[in-house]
Amino acid sequence: MIVLKQVSKTYDTGQAAVCDVSLQVPTGKLLVLLGGSGSGKTTTLKMINRLVEPTSGRIEVDGRDVLSVDRVQLRRGIGYVLQGCGLFPHMSVADNIAVVPRLLNWSAERIEKRIDELLHLVHLPPAEFRSRMPRQLSGGQQQRVGFARALAAGPKVMLLDEPFGALDPLTRDELRNEFLQIRRQLGLTAVMVTHDMTEALLSADLIAVMNAGRLLRLGTPHDLLRHPGDDFVAALLSSPKRQADQLETLFAGRPNGGLS
Amino acid sequence: MSEQLAECFRDLPDYLSGHLLLSLSALVVGLAFSVPLGIAVSRRPKMSEWAQGVAAVIQTVPSLALLVLMVPLLGGRTGFWPAFAALVLYSILPILANTVIGLRGVDPILIEAGRGLGMSDRELLRKVQLPLAAPVILGGVRTATVLVVGTATLATPVGGMSLGNYIFGGLETSDYVATVFGCVLAAVMAVVMDQLVRLFELAAQNRNRRLAWIGAFAVLLLLGIALYGPLRKFFAPAPAYIAGASFTEQHILSEVMKEKLRSAGFTVNQRKGMAEGVQFLALRGNQIDCCINYTGNIWTVLMKEKEAAERPILRARVRQFLRQHYGVTCLGELGFENAYALAMNPKRAEELLGSDKAQWTVSGLAKQTRRFSVSVSGDLQFFRRPEWRRLRDRYELRFREKIEADPTLMYGAIRDGRVDAIVAYTSDGRIEKYGLVLLQDDLGVLPSYDAILLVSAKAAVKPGFLEALNPLVGDGGAINDAAMQEANRQVDVEGKSPRWVALQLLEVISARQKKQGRR
Repeated sequence: MIVLKQVSKTYDTGQAAVCDVSLQVPTGKLLVLLGGSGSGKTTTLKMINRLVEPTSGRIEVDGRDVLSVDRVQLRRGIGYVLQGCGLFPHMSVADNIAVVPRLLNWSAERIEKRIDELLHLVHLPPAEFRSRMPRQLSGGQQQRVGFARALAAGPKVMLLDEPFGALDPLTRDELRNEFLQIRRQLGLTAVMVTHDMTEALLSADLIAVMNAGRLLRLGTPHDLLRHPGDDFVAALLSSPKRQADQLETLFAGRPNGGLS
Repeated sequence: MSEQLAECFRDLPDYLSGHLLLSLSALVVGLAFSVPLGIAVSRRPKMSEWAQGVAAVIQTVPSLALLVLMVPLLGGRTGFWPAFAALVLYSILPILANTVIGLRGVDPILIEAGRGLGMSDRELLRKVQLPLAAPVILGGVRTATVLVVGTATLATPVGGMSLGNYIFGGLETSDYVATVFGCVLAAVMAVVMDQLVRLFELAAQNRNRRLAWIGAFAVLLLLGIALYGPLRKFFAPAPAYIAGASFTEQHILSEVMKEKLRSAGFTVNQRKGMAEGVQFLALRGNQIDCCINYTGNIWTVLMKEKEAAERPILRARVRQFLRQHYGVTCLGELGFENAYALAMNPKRAEELLGSDKAQWTVSGLAKQTRRFSVSVSGDLQFFRRPEWRRLRDRYELRFREKIEADPTLMYGAIRDGRVDAIVAYTSDGRIEKYGLVLLQDDLGVLPSYDAILLVSAKAAVKPGFLEALNPLVGDGGAINDAAMQEANRQVDVEGKSPRWVALQLLEVISARQKKQGRR
């Protein structure tokens, strides 16, 4: 369970990035932070693993105040996936996956086994992919390795910063479905940042809509679609809804029906 | 040519070892200092600007000046240490700058990824930042390597041993074989060491163990060569150090003293091409044992005397000064003088000063310089010496043009008539060769420049040391003006090696002394 209580972040320049955000992510659930650029969604995410230190408020992961835990130890227990995946270009696929287990001083044997396990999990045959360098992988394959790396030490909590942002639509769909499946399978508690409404609606157990550093609305996708409760949220959600209607019309064979 | 080459190879172990030791140690220390400094300042833009600024300023100091300046800065130490210190300073900028650039160039996303995965600052540096910056840092190391190996040739003037000894010694004695030999070796060494760094770079990139082993073996080999000199010095009895300045006569006399000391059973180490100012410091600090200098030189430069004095008085006062202020023994005069004198082509002298040779004086020339456009050429230091200021002011010399040049070029210019007068050295063999006439110093402005043999305090009490050298200075000196001029001529004009000429000179001396002894 992840809990944010009245969390704010104001930078030294006086610019307020996040204002008084409170929310809860129940264990095993996926919360999507949804918003445009500058909405404070990424800052909120990074405060959970203390890549950004909150100015005020309290953040708990599994009942512990993150500020009371050593930063480095905290992060080793939380999976982290970045946009463009951030694989280390000077390390092979296997070495990238082994980063955290090595930091945790696992035995070589255990690490080797874990690498194979994870490569299977993300559908990359180890024999073929273990010793490849990141530049020899496609974008989708890189992101799979990124997932495997984040999962390496068996974290219970995952943070994902626009993990599918740099991928083509087909790959994005495929990877998202696989990720959701893995997440459910492992029972991970996760927070994911995105600006893609459709992605949020299709992935989330809970959606937190943010704008200008404030939390506008928190609810299940269903809730939000039914009762936006806020003009901005309504506007934000109208576009996937409209697209879905248009698609439905197309499938039904009524030409240009959606545009009328 | 083959004789000159053989001579070169004779000195190779010492010079090569000295050069390698100097370059390798300076690079290792430079690396050990600059990379951590680069890491420390790379996160602080202001400090890194500042550090790189300082390093850049050091870089702009001409390398020779930096080396020579290190001597007083290190309290008068000569030889290895000042050269080492200057080279370390020189290696800083390229390594520092590239470390900072390399670290700053690491993609911020990767740093965030490392942090997000739970790397501490130290782990991030070791596993992500340094490996990714390594190619750029190694580029800096390669630049520094070439720079240091090249600049190490300049260790010669501060008394260090390096391949520069070939280059300087060769230039000063017109022995171009030695000069080219030194240049080629220094260049080869720079390329070899550069490629060695490249080898390690490749080994690291491709994780190639075999390449790394080859590199390690090559480093060990170089280290072995570098340590040859110090090890030999350690196991051999402490040698006598002979310093020599950077002109032909000094090279010959260095060989003369070497022969004398060797036949008396001393091991001898020559420090050739040492700057004169450095020599006095080294002599006072007992870092060298003996050298040859000139009374007038000490009179004007060290004693800062304004007026010339009569020759015997000047000699006595120089002797006393050296003992009191430097603790240096002046063993005696060698028997010849090497003074500064204005020299001209007789034809030009006749045009300017008339056919009456009694009128061929500095006063006569001075008068003409105030009426016509007259040019003069001197070596690279004369126009900065007090002698020149005094000469100019007392005679009211008004040369239109003063050309500072290497002595070889200076004599070439007067021979070809491209200059009206030169500041010659009276013991120089080229005066006779080109048939130059010396103008009389009719106002007696310049002091006399008797060659004297100087011995450090420590060497003076070495048993047998003074006795070995005494034959050179007995009876008012063993080498008269004519003998020294002839010896210089044989090197400068006939291209004989200083060593060969020195042996000839010694034979003449010992033959004469035997004859006198029998009488």
